[in-house]
Amino acid sequence: MALRVKALESLLVEKGLVDPAALDVMIDAYENRIGPRNGARVVARAWTDPDYKARLMKDATSAIAEFGYSGAQGEHMVVVENTPAVHNLVVCTLCSCYPWPVLGLPPVWYKSSAYRSRAVIDPRGVLAEFGLAVPDEVAVRVWDSTAEIRYLVLPERPAGTDGLDAEALAALVSRDAMVGVAKVPGLTP
Amino acid sequence: MSQPERLAALPSLPRDADGPVFAEPWQAQAFALTLQLCEAGRFTWSEWVETLSSVLRDAGPDDGSRYYEHWLTALERLSLGKSLTDRAALDARTRDWAEAYRTTPHGQPVEFLPKGVSRET
Repeated sequence: MALRVKALESLLVEKGLVDPAALDVMIDAYENRIGPRNGARVVARAWTDPDYKARLMKDATSAIAEFGYSGAQGEHMVVVENTPAVHNLVVCTLCSCYPWPVLGLPPVWYKSSAYRSRAVIDPRGVLAEFGLAVPDEVAVRVWDSTAEIRYLVLPERPAGTDGLDAEALAALVSRDAMVGVAKVPGLTP
Repeated sequence: MSQPERLAALPSLPRDADGPVFAEPWQAQAFALTLQLCEAGRFTWSEWVETLSSVLRDAGPDDGSRYYEHWLTALERLSLGKSLTDRAALDARTRDWAEAYRTTPHGQPVEFLPKGVSRET
């Protein structure tokens, strides 16, 4: 199905019948219709419930399915955790390999050739362009999604959020943080 | 016709209070492509609704899970009917994309390249 849409779209774009930029804007407008909020709830639960986090790290597909979020057959989710020593970044060479049950539709930049090729070659440079400077002593790991395995980054819980419940925490977690191109900002007192 | 009116004219569109819902990214792509072709005047919305209704009718009863498959079939049919593209080109391009996905080494961005153009290294 995805290939049939792609074929029709690319033919119409080539003939100038469809403006690809306007099409991306429109798709972007719908991306929250699946929405990264699902992923944010998973992250917030992992921050507040150690047992859940253990299940999530062991078998992300099942732990995410506890929320009722599950995808097409054969889809396999893996959660990678950011720590003070490791920063994780997710990329995919195929635009469809994105954990849409938890993150919605991929943003335009995620599908761009530039991101897809450069995230692997120069992840620190790409992160810097997103405004995220990763110190040299922190390792950057790049996870290349496949049709079988899709990754979700578990960001670090920001300081100063001890008093927040899962719902308030989920509101802090952005899509970009779960792809690994941003951190979850701390609360400004 | 405004966008809400257009959407209201669609038979059995999967939706919630805020608008249409999608199960997979390609569905939103097919949806957005249709809206844009209509806005660009390539067909009218009533032509679209007519085509979609006819495909849904031919498909028979359905629990809604194949709605966007039918949507895509209708979009292909209307695009062909309006000579926006032709069957041979569509079939060839679908094969090309399938080939590109199959043969691109993992770790390389998948791009479709017209015949005779080689990938930059």
